[in-house]
Amino acid sequence: MTMATQPRAAGLRGWLMDPSPASTWQARAQRGYLGWVGFRSNPIAMAGFVIVAALLLAAAFAPWITATDGLTPNLGARLLPPSAEHWLGTDQLGRDIFDRIVWGSRITLYIVILVSIIVAPIGLAVGTIAGYAGGWVDAVLMRIVDIFLAFPRLILALAFVAALGAGIENAVLAIALTTWSPYARIARAEVLTIRKSDFIVAAEAQGASTFRIIRRHVVPLCLASVIVRLTLDMAGIILTAAGLGFLGLGAQPPLPEWGAMISTGRQFLLDQWWVPTAPGAAIFLVSLGFCLLGDGLRDVLDPKSASA
Amino acid sequence: MIEIENLSITFGEGASTVHAVRNVSFSVAEGESYGLVGESGSGKSTILRAIARINPQWSGTIRVNGRYLTSKRTKAEARAMQMVFQDPYGALHPRHTVDAILREPLEIHGLNNRDARILAALKDVGLGPEFRFRYPHQISGGQRQRIAVARALILEPEILLLDEPTSALDVSVQAEILNLLKRLQQDRGLTYLMVSHNLAVVAHLCGRVAVMNRGRMVEEVTEDTLRAHTPSEPYTAQLMSATEGYDREAVRSYRTFD
Repeated sequence: MTMATQPRAAGLRGWLMDPSPASTWQARAQRGYLGWVGFRSNPIAMAGFVIVAALLLAAAFAPWITATDGLTPNLGARLLPPSAEHWLGTDQLGRDIFDRIVWGSRITLYIVILVSIIVAPIGLAVGTIAGYAGGWVDAVLMRIVDIFLAFPRLILALAFVAALGAGIENAVLAIALTTWSPYARIARAEVLTIRKSDFIVAAEAQGASTFRIIRRHVVPLCLASVIVRLTLDMAGIILTAAGLGFLGLGAQPPLPEWGAMISTGRQFLLDQWWVPTAPGAAIFLVSLGFCLLGDGLRDVLDPKSASA
Repeated sequence: MIEIENLSITFGEGASTVHAVRNVSFSVAEGESYGLVGESGSGKSTILRAIARINPQWSGTIRVNGRYLTSKRTKAEARAMQMVFQDPYGALHPRHTVDAILREPLEIHGLNNRDARILAALKDVGLGPEFRFRYPHQISGGQRQRIAVARALILEPEILLLDEPTSALDVSVQAEILNLLKRLQQDRGLTYLMVSHNLAVVAHLCGRVAVMNRGRMVEEVTEDTLRAHTPSEPYTAQLMSATEGYDREAVRSYRTFD
């Protein structure tokens, strides 16, 4: 099989801009590239992207960035102020705070990634099934969603952690249980706008099963808004995780979880301000980064809110 | 091929009941093109959607290929009868490439030789292989409608239900699509049931035409009657003059038929 047209321009850019892609993969790459071009022109979104990329790099290269494991106490170097040797000072057990924050980025990422891969599929499944099936299925599923929506997130998470026991895994479960409901709402709203579309009717007329229609036709259209919402929610997830850590219900000492670091550092707030401030700044920066990234992603992924 | 007897379709209940179709009967022979025309709200599309089981509730009987249709659509029926929609922008999934759109029915029905079938389907509707991996937003309205026709034909159905397949297109593109449909019918011996509000479009393709108004069938006219402008019903005559374009004198003489 020979293709009728040849690439217009040579190289990767030509391949990405070729008006007649030669494979599904190339067509997808082209769409991704156009999205990236749009994303790149938004400086605020790029700032968020850089922050999140820095978080990922810090987590990936933590052993090379840090001098210590961030866990071993060094009582001879307690509560030292920021210096050339200890960029962000040391804590009450003489551990380098910069090292602990870098190691803590792994915990933060672990939490947000685990929460995302629990929350997004559950929310999507519940929302798309409710929206596509309609009727009593919709009513039952949405009332369950309402129950979860009715509780303040941190309070519900606290109740779950209290019941399940303290620890990162339980904190993740608790956060996931309190976070999935808005995703079901979003997915359902998206489905309601497309379920009567001709392309859905056409798939039905071809004999597609309900499962196939939801998986192949409905979910891909809901995915964009769910991803955007997830990115924007990352800040909330990080804050809830930090809140649970602060209250002693999330990660347990000596793990360098940022919320727990603030919690133990707050008794030194007046005299050694850097001990709680540094992890607080890290939480702030990463939350902000995810918010900005989410805003930028919304412009790229969601054609409805694309501003001129 | 398609036999419809005493078909009635209502929506809603009690005082708000709408009789969309009342006691309509007609039959379409194998290889024939049959047209349903009428103004908006005359029930023509509702009949088509009932046959396609998009509206699964009706009274009366619909027989296709000698078998009575039930409200549940089987895969075999789906393969034998496909539909082309009015709006080429809404009928194609915005995030699927042409390749994925044409591959879908093949996957559903477990047909083999998928790549060859996709390329053949594109060729049949006059599109080159360079369209295969484009997204719907990268091609024009007429090309999209060709893709929609290719998708309907890739299962090699015997019957094509055409729901105003040209009314969302430019006049020049309309003619292209109509000629394409005509050629495909001649090549494959397809049976067409076509809905349109445009008598000229229907006359181009269909041998017999049912004229509908307010859910009732006013009359059935043949191609010759349409060409000769000799309908027996005044409603049909009025519809014909409306199709010929805007004419102030003619519009003034229009009246409402019940």
